[in-house]
Amino acid sequence: MGIIERYTPNLYNYFDRFLTSCSATFEMFCKAGAIAFVIGLVLGVLLVVTRKGGIARNPILYQLTNALVNVLRSIPFIILLIFLIPLTRKVVGTAIGVRGAILPLVAGTVPFYTRQVEVALSGVEPGKVEAARSMGSGLLGLIFRVYLHEAVPALIRVTTVTAISLIGLTTMAGAVGAGGIGSFAINYGQNQNHQDIVNVCVVALLLVVFALQTIGNLLAKRTTNRALIQRRH
Amino acid sequence: MIEIQNLSKTFHLKTGDVRAVQNVSLSIADGQVYGIIGYSGAGKSTLVRCLNLLEVPDGGEIRIGADQIVLQNGRIFRRDQGGLRRIGERQLCALRSGIGMIFQHFNLLDRSTVYENIAYPLKYSGMKAGAVRERVYELLDLVDLRDKVNVYPAQLSGGQKQRVAIARALANNPRVLLSDEATSALDPDATESILALLKDLNRKLGLTIVLITHEMAVIKAVCDRVAVMEDGRVVEEGSVYEIFAHPQTGITRRFVDSSSPLGKIDRLLEEQSPLVEIGPGQKLVKLIFRKECVGEAIVTRAAREFGLDFSIVLANVEYLQGGPIGGLIGVVSGKKEDLKGGLRFLDENHVTVEVLRDGDH
Repeated sequence: MGIIERYTPNLYNYFDRFLTSCSATFEMFCKAGAIAFVIGLVLGVLLVVTRKGGIARNPILYQLTNALVNVLRSIPFIILLIFLIPLTRKVVGTAIGVRGAILPLVAGTVPFYTRQVEVALSGVEPGKVEAARSMGSGLLGLIFRVYLHEAVPALIRVTTVTAISLIGLTTMAGAVGAGGIGSFAINYGQNQNHQDIVNVCVVALLLVVFALQTIGNLLAKRTTNRALIQRRH
Repeated sequence: MIEIQNLSKTFHLKTGDVRAVQNVSLSIADGQVYGIIGYSGAGKSTLVRCLNLLEVPDGGEIRIGADQIVLQNGRIFRRDQGGLRRIGERQLCALRSGIGMIFQHFNLLDRSTVYENIAYPLKYSGMKAGAVRERVYELLDLVDLRDKVNVYPAQLSGGQKQRVAIARALANNPRVLLSDEATSALDPDATESILALLKDLNRKLGLTIVLITHEMAVIKAVCDRVAVMEDGRVVEEGSVYEIFAHPQTGITRRFVDSSSPLGKIDRLLEEQSPLVEIGPGQKLVKLIFRKECVGEAIVTRAAREFGLDFSIVLANVEYLQGGPIGGLIGVVSGKKEDLKGGLRFLDENHVTVEVLRDGDH
């Protein structure tokens, strides 16, 4: 603690706040991330199986999902955040705090993640799907045992990218009073002219992003079979 | 027994309709290795995909063993005592699992080991784990890959990958194995070993194999019968021996020539090689000797009796399904009447005579 007091005196004064902010960011990240992960995966699979030439072709479902994803992706997050305030209030009961931030964070992450999942699944060779069909696999078998199974390394990579971008979004959620590192850096750092607080926030975020990227790379490598990795290098 | 009747499939593309399979009727006996040959785009791949309903034909009938499948307007029905009954997704899957299929690019799951790949069709099929294990090892022995059980596909050679694919395709004891250009991505050694394995499985298990290829050598190596496809139709069909001895259509002749040393004659003719240059009183002829006349010294008899001279350009004998086919391309010279008589004599003795070039015209 002595070091913190000496080099970042302002942070030291607000250290409790800093810890609460970190935990708020962490909470937003986990909750919104988990929900977005599930929804994005489902929608990504939906896009791949219902599209033209997909294993369960359904133009109406495809167009609807596709349009939803496109529209949500086109709205800048900060605008989406305030745009969704009435809806959030109706659904969760409040539009502020961590609770109020989850819904807009999910809405901001899902479209991006869905597209990424779609790309990852498109990387699965159609021949593998065809072979599984010839062995009598039904829709669920094809989705779980071929598409998702074969795309695991790619899915891990896109999930990492999405997780990192979600960290970025959580800092913006401070704008609706969600708390977190973002608003801590603005309110206690920038607004009060405490540069040391801003600096520490930057470093903290950098560390988180770096850790995420490292874990993602490691997992992606682990899940690709070894001979494939050797060939790639 | 596989019987296909009036099978049709049209793809509606932006660039227009492609009639990939047009009114194809075929019948394939149990235990046969049946080849379907054609150039790419001939519709053979679509035809074979229609057999296990990976591609749903627009119309026609398919009978495989006891299953009678009737197709109307792209809908699938099964014929039973009560008449036609629409087939649901679940039955369709069951139907497909009764027909094995292997592919040009193997299509193994890269993130699964050899064991897991072969176990794929067995898992979730109600089979107990112990039984799955037993069956996988049985299949590994069948394709001679027991030592590779825990290896990933990327660590296998092409031929080994295809062996895994064959084991996987046979997991559910299918009566029929469809092979879609299964050797086209393999080197000659691997091709030979995979073809030998297929022939072996055909004999050992009584497995019916429908094999599509664009290489006549493959047909020659393993098939009992062959159908030649062009533009979505079967233009010629028969035993491999008959097709080689008597190709009827232009495309079949091209395929036969492509796999025979006699096919070189086209290049010699094109290059105007001195070997094939002939004058008056000479003809360049192609003689095909069937099994009935191989070993009868017919050519020398014709030469002696009609006072003809034969100068051989190309000659070849090969064994197909145990029967020899001889082929000879040569320049024959003599008097006009003698030439006529000699060639008629050959014709009467079951030699197929084709005059490639006539010095008197």
